[in-house]
Amino acid sequence: MLATETSPPAAAGRWALDQAQARSIGLFVLSVLAVYALQPAMPIRQMDFWLPTASLALTVMVWAATSSAFATHRRPDRATLTDAALIGGITLGIAALRFVEPLSTLITRTSPPAVLSVSAALAITALLAVAAGRIIGLRPAWTTALVIALMALLFVLKYEPLTQAFAALLRVAQGQSASQASALDVRWLGFSYICFRWIAALRERALGRLPAMSLREFVTYAVFAPALIAGPIDRPERFLKDLRASFAFNWPDATEGVRRIAVGAFKKFVLADWLALLALNEVNAAQAQGAGWMWLLVYAYAWRIYLDFGGYTDMAIGVARIFGVRLPENFNRPYLKPNLTQFWNSWHMSLAQWFRAYYFNPLTRALRMRAWAAPTIIFVGQVTTMVLIGVWHGVTLNFALWGLWHGVGLFLHNRWADFAKARLAAMQERPRLQGAISAAGALLTFHFVALGWVWFALPDAALSLGVFRKLFGL
Amino acid sequence: MTLDARTALRIAVKALLLFVALNLVFALTDPVPALGRLSLYNVLWPGRARLPYGDDPVRAYNLSLFDLNAMFASHALAGVPKRADEFRVLLIGDSATWGWLLRNEDTLAGQLNAMRLKTADGRIVRAYNLGYPIMSLTKDLLVLSRAAAYRPDLVVWLVTLESFPADQQLAHPIVQHNAEAVRALIAEHHLRSRPDDAALLAPTFLQRTLVGQRRALADWLRLQTYGALWAATRIDQHIPEAYEPAQRDLDADRSFKGLLPPALPKDALAFDVLDAGMRIAADAGARVLVVNEPILVSTGRNSDVRYNFFYPRWAYDQYRVLLRDHLQSRGVDYLDAWDLVPQAEFTNSAVHLTPAGSRMLAEALAKVIIGRG
Repeated sequence: MLATETSPPAAAGRWALDQAQARSIGLFVLSVLAVYALQPAMPIRQMDFWLPTASLALTVMVWAATSSAFATHRRPDRATLTDAALIGGITLGIAALRFVEPLSTLITRTSPPAVLSVSAALAITALLAVAAGRIIGLRPAWTTALVIALMALLFVLKYEPLTQAFAALLRVAQGQSASQASALDVRWLGFSYICFRWIAALRERALGRLPAMSLREFVTYAVFAPALIAGPIDRPERFLKDLRASFAFNWPDATEGVRRIAVGAFKKFVLADWLALLALNEVNAAQAQGAGWMWLLVYAYAWRIYLDFGGYTDMAIGVARIFGVRLPENFNRPYLKPNLTQFWNSWHMSLAQWFRAYYFNPLTRALRMRAWAAPTIIFVGQVTTMVLIGVWHGVTLNFALWGLWHGVGLFLHNRWADFAKARLAAMQERPRLQGAISAAGALLTFHFVALGWVWFALPDAALSLGVFRKLFGL
Repeated sequence: MTLDARTALRIAVKALLLFVALNLVFALTDPVPALGRLSLYNVLWPGRARLPYGDDPVRAYNLSLFDLNAMFASHALAGVPKRADEFRVLLIGDSATWGWLLRNEDTLAGQLNAMRLKTADGRIVRAYNLGYPIMSLTKDLLVLSRAAAYRPDLVVWLVTLESFPADQQLAHPIVQHNAEAVRALIAEHHLRSRPDDAALLAPTFLQRTLVGQRRALADWLRLQTYGALWAATRIDQHIPEAYEPAQRDLDADRSFKGLLPPALPKDALAFDVLDAGMRIAADAGARVLVVNEPILVSTGRNSDVRYNFFYPRWAYDQYRVLLRDHLQSRGVDYLDAWDLVPQAEFTNSAVHLTPAGSRMLAEALAKVIIGRG
């Protein structure tokens, strides 16, 4: 019998508890497996096994650094050992599939490495985790060092020359020629998102706000399968609340989950993939003739990126919802917002909130302490935040220019809102006029954002400038 | 909205029934041909200058599909009513006519139109490229049977020996996927190809359902979508900066399609298809000019044995005689342009021309067209 919303709590209690435990273990195992199963193949030998293993190893180390389990030199409790054994067991189990030829690529794209190598990697991970726990666990201030190290790794993966050097290093380690190394060799699935979850946990720990999390809970949070590829980036305490809540399968959540998956799949696989045929790209940007056609390509790109990303998010939220986890929304009709500030409150919301919490707010607080003028603080805060959001997608001039475009846009809107506040307030009694201004604002905002995509979609600034020239017939 | 298990099940069953019903209706009504006639080309986007074909859709903004209705509906020919002062010339042929590695303005049709030719009675010559990159006379016949409705004054049919082997006529996807039309042509013109040939596909009931036809529907949608990029860029083929040139040094192989010297049997070639094309053109009130298209005449190794990768000398020489005699016996206009273009003006194949080579052929053709007009 399945518990439903109408089941009496007393009758459902025991069953719900069992389902909650099963859900917790199930999500943990599913997420660990997904790290391997979703990782694409790479030209570097066995990297489709080693990079997911590195994701898990780093997750365990970050957990150890944020946990109090090692801080007092106590031995880890049984639950921790069980969780660690489960992760190690899954990893070794996947590696052992290499001996079962028809199943050797059941989870990973290529045959896994030798079990002995994997055992050694697990042993090193355990030692590093204990070290991280004992060194950083006792000194919360040291979390900053770990955050910097993780950001450096993220930088390596986002900055093409360094990624190429990293690829060369990995190639040599695997006995392959470094001369063939390319930045495209390293496709570390979901690293940007996982890394931001690690940093969120480390920062919350440093601020004393991170709730105690078991290894199983932390791993599930960091590499949560539905959100592994493209987010959203949940906050640890919010995710934990859902994970610890009693769970019973229920039809409303399941049907809503299926509905979100269907909507997301339609957005992604029908609309976005269709618009991809028309969307602005490096090739057609140089070939399109006439301003009208160029606008069509830009509009197609604007909707394509929204529907693609929004579709993925819908599917992630839908899958999580079936398991009783309510991932945060990432989009809230962003192209209908009447100004850029509201756009950024409704576009990739979890990323924007992450930057607000861990960069913008601390920065502006620090600048206020130095008694900087308010407009200067706003300018520096918004521009640097948006440039960082830009280069999070890749350390290139165009991503930085995209960030700058939005940073300056947000600053200008902030100043305008400040200037027009009194005048707009006076219009509150004229709803039609207010509606017209709002509609005009939405149109203007959409076009500002769409033009911003010209930086984002293309690989170099000269090409983007060429597109702007064509768009405006210059 | 709150759903209980029963409601969810009811919705699932209804959705399944609807899905099955939709597939049944689709299979029974077969709306794909009718859908193919609906086109954004010549309405929202300009018509294409050549029939859709493309192995690299993302870079060519073009794709290969099998729906002749959709292919013709996307062509500029379908969007231009024939004017009283127009002398309409349709060019039928293979990839050389379609213009492999050539921009539209460099194809034979493009070059002819650029010449702004006028016939003796003052009509303006307007050439339409209906080439398609497949070497089969039956494919040409299929195209011609559709094109005849567009009131041509002259059909220029560019042929080469590679399109003639009788046993190869049906060995091409575009022919196989238009089995019904090909069977009708076989029956009407008593062609030697067999209507029950296994190469002509007979879709099963499942293949006619919505699910079975998803590829055809997706192709139709992609064709309409790529129209915007065709309009925006006027590009319909990805032309690489470098390509492997056609082979000049050849193997000392005297065989042609399994045939060996001394004689090329006439019945091994599909002259019956050529005759059927003449009848179709005549029924449409058009004259036909058959052109033996230029081939690369190599001077490399073993060029005493072969002209090029495609043809051993003995077979090609005999083919030219057979073709000339056949057309002469039927009073059909004929231009043998086989050695018109020097070997330097061929690109990646023994029949693909450079813009300059295409220009040479266009100039030769122009003289004949004006003479016939």
